[in-house]
Formats: sequence, structure tokens, C-alpha cells
Amino acid sequence: MTSVRVAGVGLTPFGAHDDRAGRELFASAALAAFEDAGVDRAAVDQLTYGNFMGALAEEQGHQAPLMAEAAGLHCPATRYEEACASAGVAIREAVRTVRSGEADVVLAGGMERMTTLDTGRVTAALAIAADELYEVRAGVTFPSAYALMARAYFERFGGDREDLAHIAVKNHANAVDNEFAQYQTEISLEQALDSPPIATPLHLYDACPITDGASAVLLVSEAYAKDNGIEAPVSITGSGQGGDHLALQDRHEMAQTPATEDAATEAYDEAGITAADVDFAEVHDCFTIAEVLAIEGLGLFESGEGIAAAREGRTTADGETPINLSGGLKAKGHPVGATGGSQIAEITRLLRGDHPNSDAVEDGTVGVAHNAGGTVASAVVHVLEADQ
Amino acid sequence: MSNHTTPLDDEAVTYDEWLDAIDAGEGFYLRSPEGYGSLPPRRVCPHSGATDLTHEPLPETGRIETYTVVHVGATKFADDTPYISAVVDFGPVELTGIVRGVDPEAVAVGDDVGVTVETRETTDDRLVVFRPA
Repeated sequence: MTSVRVAGVGLTPFGAHDDRAGRELFASAALAAFEDAGVDRAAVDQLTYGNFMGALAEEQGHQAPLMAEAAGLHCPATRYEEACASAGVAIREAVRTVRSGEADVVLAGGMERMTTLDTGRVTAALAIAADELYEVRAGVTFPSAYALMARAYFERFGGDREDLAHIAVKNHANAVDNEFAQYQTEISLEQALDSPPIATPLHLYDACPITDGASAVLLVSEAYAKDNGIEAPVSITGSGQGGDHLALQDRHEMAQTPATEDAATEAYDEAGITAADVDFAEVHDCFTIAEVLAIEGLGLFESGEGIAAAREGRTTADGETPINLSGGLKAKGHPVGATGGSQIAEITRLLRGDHPNSDAVEDGTVGVAHNAGGTVASAVVHVLEADQ
Repeated sequence: MSNHTTPLDDEAVTYDEWLDAIDAGEGFYLRSPEGYGSLPPRRVCPHSGATDLTHEPLPETGRIETYTVVHVGATKFADDTPYISAVVDFGPVELTGIVRGVDPEAVAVGDDVGVTVETRETTDDRLVVFRPA
């Protein structure tokens, strides 16, 4: 199987970009990726692009060729939509395309504008990732769906709001030095606990913010990197995807995420690793409880143990398995269709040693990206490894 | 011999017709030969893959499996907040809806509820509502 190298990564700062158009945001991330890679744009064979709510937020469909044009590309371009895992599946498609030998150079990533919508409309827009008949019509929102999962987790395994607040505190601390993060500020446990309720037991500081932003990752084949003298010390060595029933009511289990387990199993098998080999991970913490479900689904913690991992310091920057050193969706921000690409970009920087938090994983060679759609009806896992 | 055609005029039940049935006190679920339950509209059981689904009466009482009190809702639920959203276990099938007639401070996992169809506070749209059994 052809190895896939991360030749370059590019991000916009995450946050509120006011009147900047989505196309210009993506172009900014793409140009940064080309500069990072030292690869000419003309070499790109294909663009795989993630976006979720562009038809609502910018009233713009058919975005992929628009984004290719904006980034100065002349190649086929396809948009991938898998709710919050849109960029994750775009990355996965790029990996599979390069591996198959059909392309040597693929640009993958995504973009989302969200701050164009007010709170009610963005809540409604995010909710379309849930089951329209069984959930949305019954009043389920994105936060309330995760709140239903959080309550189910507490009932089965124990844990409380304070455990979740420790996750928010950790991820904010990780984001302080990340120049791309939306919130480069620490928060206290008391601030998190005292924030207003959104959908109990989840409060405001359990939730990721509303974010604009873009990500771009330039993937090349091993042969292309070698032939063109491209320095690309990080490879994507495993890719996996899992699925589940869209509606929570049809799940066999609400306190676990089998889609993540399936995606991780596939990705680890491809990479020839086990969970014990993972040095750190960027996981889909759209809500604090989601980080718990993710690190358990990835096999980094046993079921029921993930809830206390942040409180016990096991997932902090100086812990045994740092989680979300970028700040995660919680503090770095979550421009939905860009997040999966952003995770790959952050892990690449962490492994290369050019991330502000690289010191936390100085000896690390294996990072894992976990990107989830909806209430984890979709999950994509990638294994990234640095040359020894 | 299986029949792979799905004529448009056969007896598949729509979601609105299922709501009508709940409203009339004739609630039902779709049951697969293996005993799994699901809700209309379905051609295929989401758990077993079976296509020969039968209508079975919905048990009168279900148990709240998980719930949340929603303080920030979508625009179409703006006047409904705060409301209790819950997934209720009716045995072979689970339903999602809003719990009414219970103090949000007093609702608990394990509470027994029955199911009705009512309208939102914000719009005239119908939705699944649970009330104490």
C-alpha cells in the first residue's frame, strides 16, 4: 500500500470572521498549506472538501469547484458532507485516493461560516445533523442530544458535571498559546460550573463555540515526496470510518460510541498499532461529554474511566496521554466542516515540533485524530506517525 | 420467493399517520420477526434488516431512559423553553419527545410515562409528548 505523506498544512485563525466570505477563508488556508509544503498549486490532482451548512449560512451550495477556483486550482473538486465529520471524510477520501495510485497530490480540508447565523438559526442549522422526523421535530438540538448521552453515561458509569468541567478547563489551558485558537484564555473550574445551562447537565462552558474557519492539508504519495525532494516527516498510516443509527432512540447504547470503536479498529489495524501505542490524540470534543466518549471509544481508556481522566490529570498536557493539545473543539473552536482537517494539521505540527505545545509530546511519534458527525452516527479516525 | 418491488400504493405508514394513530389512542410500532421494534416510515428494520414488518400495539407505559432540560432551543421551539426532552423506553422500541406535566426539577430517569401527541408552544406543529403515567 502506498504511504501517504502530509506535505503541508494550513489554517485560518478560528473565530468570528465577520464579513469574510467562505471562499476567501478556504483560499487563505490552502495557500498556507502550499507555502508550508513548498509544492506548486499546479501539481494538485484533486480537491476533497468538507462543508456542512454552507447552504444555510452563506446560501451557497456547490462549493467544491468554487473553493478550487478560490485556491487557484484547476482540478476535479468534490464536497464531502458528514455533518461535523465532513472534513474527516474528505481527508479519508484523499488518503484512499493517493493510496490507490489514482493521484499523487490531493488537497483536502474544509471550511465553515457559522457566525452569519444568530443563535436560534445556528442551533436549527446544527440540528439538521440529527434525525429530522424522530428527533428534530421532537425538539432535540445538538447540545440536547449530547446532554441525553451525558445523562445516560452518568446513569451507567457515574460521574458528574464537575468531571466534565475539568475537561473544559484542560482544553482552554491547552489553547492559550495556540495562535489559531478562538479562545486563547484559561478558565477556572468555578467559571465552568457557574456558566448558564444550555441543556442539563450541559452548561455553556461544556459546549464548543460557534466558529468560522478553514483548514487545508496537502497529501502526497511517498513517491512524489521522494521524487520532488519534499520534506514531509509525518505520514497518515491508518484511516478508519464507522457508522451508527442516526437517531439516539435506535441506538443499542447511548453511553458508548460504537462508530468510533469501529473506525479506530480499522485505522489501528491499517497502521499496525494498538491503542497502547498512541502517544496523544485530537478528539471530537464538541461537548465535554463527547471527549469522554471519544477517548473510551478509541480504546485509550476503559469504559467508565474516561470521565475522570481530565480531573485525574491523565489527559492534561503533562499527563500520560495528552488529549486535545490544540485546545480541541471546545477552546480552539469548531467550524464544523473544517474541524477534521484542523485536527490533522494540529497533529502534524505537534509531531513535527513546530506547534506551541510540541514540548508536551517531545518523544511522541504516534498521534490520532478522531472526528465525529452528529451524535457519532459517523466517526472517522486517522493515525499519524512521525519518522523515527 | 421475495418481491423486491415497492409499489407506491401499498400500506407503508407515514410519520404523520403514525402520529394520528398515537393521537387516537391506537399507538403502534413496527415489529420485525426477530422481535426488534422501530417507528414508521420504515421499509427495513434498522436492527435486523427484515422487511416483513408488522404493526404491534405500543405498550401504554414507558420508562424515561434519559432526559435533559433544554434552556436554549431552536427558533421553532423558542417559546417552548425550558422544556424536558427525553428518550423513553417502551420495551421493544424507544421514542423521543417532550415531557409535560412534570416539574423540570423533579423529572428523573426511570419515571413512568405515557405517550400523546400535542403541539409546540411556538408553532402549531405536532410532536410526541410524554405525560406521567
